[in-house]
Amino acid sequence: MRTIVFDIPAWPGHRAGQHLDVRLTAEDGYRAEREYSIASAPGEPVAITVERLDDGEVSPYLTEELRQGDEIELRGPIGGYFVWDPEDESPLLLVAGGSGIVPLRAMLRHRRGSGSEVPVRLLYSSRTLAEVIYRAELDEPVDGVEVVYTLTREQPPDWSGYARRVDDELLGEVAWPAGEGALAFVCGPTSFVETVASGLVELGYPPPRVKTERFGATGGR
Amino acid sequence: MIPTTLTSAGRTSSRVTSSSVSFVSRGFRGRRDTEGDLTRVPPGQHVTEDFPVLSAGPTPHTPLDEWTFSIVNGDERETWTWDEFRALPSETVTVDIHCVTRWSKLDTTWEGVSIDTLLEQVEHEAAYVLAFCDGGYTTNLPLEDVSDGKAWVAFAYDGEPLDPEHGGPARLLVPHLYFWKSAKWVRGLMLRDTDEPGFWETYGYHSYGDPWREQRYAGD
Amino acid sequence: MEALDGNAIGGLLHEVFGAEMTTAMGVCADCGAAGPVAELVVYLQAPGTIVRCRSCSSILMVMVDVRGTRCIDLRGLAELESDS
Repeated sequence: MRTIVFDIPAWPGHRAGQHLDVRLTAEDGYRAEREYSIASAPGEPVAITVERLDDGEVSPYLTEELRQGDEIELRGPIGGYFVWDPEDESPLLLVAGGSGIVPLRAMLRHRRGSGSEVPVRLLYSSRTLAEVIYRAELDEPVDGVEVVYTLTREQPPDWSGYARRVDDELLGEVAWPAGEGALAFVCGPTSFVETVASGLVELGYPPPRVKTERFGATGGR
Repeated sequence: MIPTTLTSAGRTSSRVTSSSVSFVSRGFRGRRDTEGDLTRVPPGQHVTEDFPVLSAGPTPHTPLDEWTFSIVNGDERETWTWDEFRALPSETVTVDIHCVTRWSKLDTTWEGVSIDTLLEQVEHEAAYVLAFCDGGYTTNLPLEDVSDGKAWVAFAYDGEPLDPEHGGPARLLVPHLYFWKSAKWVRGLMLRDTDEPGFWETYGYHSYGDPWREQRYAGD
Repeated sequence: MEALDGNAIGGLLHEVFGAEMTTAMGVCADCGAAGPVAELVVYLQAPGTIVRCRSCSSILMVMVDVRGTRCIDLRGLAELESDS
């Protein structure tokens, strides 16, 4: 896992939840492109968090080869659907599967940075505690923000939290009740997003109040 | 390629040339470390140990008791049920496969019924075939490229029944052409006098698709 | 690979249309289902990019890169309305 900060001249600014397209070009012209959600809030230096995939093509380069001072081709910021602005005063439900936490973390940072006081519940599904990204940051108590983890593969010996994949029952216990008018952002692997999104609709969330962003099974695109 | 109505953007089909003076990403090579045995790897390809799944749509799941394979020749149709198809003589072959997205996989083992065996049942003078599949996918080939031991309807890969995500229960296998011609979830071949472009061919891919001449796109 | 959604083609569509398109409303020419492009079903790894209706699976858009020229077919959409 590596968080990379970019220095982008004439950066127009971005919104929480947007992403960047990264393009790498080899000497013979061979190209590879991937998308990464912006991990930082508007106003902060633009950053992405990359997980190194063993069979990856781009992630090993970004996590191991790329050095301070290197130049890189980026396109963005991209996205107008999966974005949160502090003008929205609805209670927020953020649901992350694995690396789906990245755009949601940008939203949390933006909430804090903008002085917003909307109540937030973050449900973060991870295989293990060790794989939780931004753990120290998420464990810091923040007024109005409740963080709930569910560890689906392995839990520490003293774990008293959820220990299974998100299902309708778990969602029902954690999500804001439908009547609260919450806005939900769900991000992670496709099957995770679909289970959660349909679960929220079952709980009574109107579909336009459930924003979804699907990552590939490997966590990126 | 014209949409019926398009509001706001005010365009029909859009052809945007991406001209860019791009720089090189220092130290980036991509996944292409093994060139492999160059005599077996067509130009522009790299060898992979994986078997990537490339999909254009949801995986079909036709139950075997509903599955049929047909050779359609004008008004005539020769059809095999799954049991009838599996009762036909089959063979095991080991071949290299080459995807237009630049990966090649060497020594892949398949079991299937030779298209020759199926074509024997039909009297015809066709010069071309159009393969048709569950989900609506089609691809076109000259008849001689699916004859004389060059093509199969494959139902097993690597000793196991073909996985749905790789085209199971049965797919076309035409290893001497780019792998988009080896249509997944194949349900039959339409015999034709003229060549009609299939799905990807309609969108600009090469009508023939010889990896050794790097025929990826129409005009290559 | 599992299907993604319209968020994954935001950059590509911006390049083609010159505007943010994930919030654009698309109407399926086949079944009439309407929704934001961000919620459409996207298959990114085929020889081209295929965008399908979430309700009926009809193909709404096909995007192919032919020798550096981006070709986009929108024939499966009855409407595509951008709000930007």
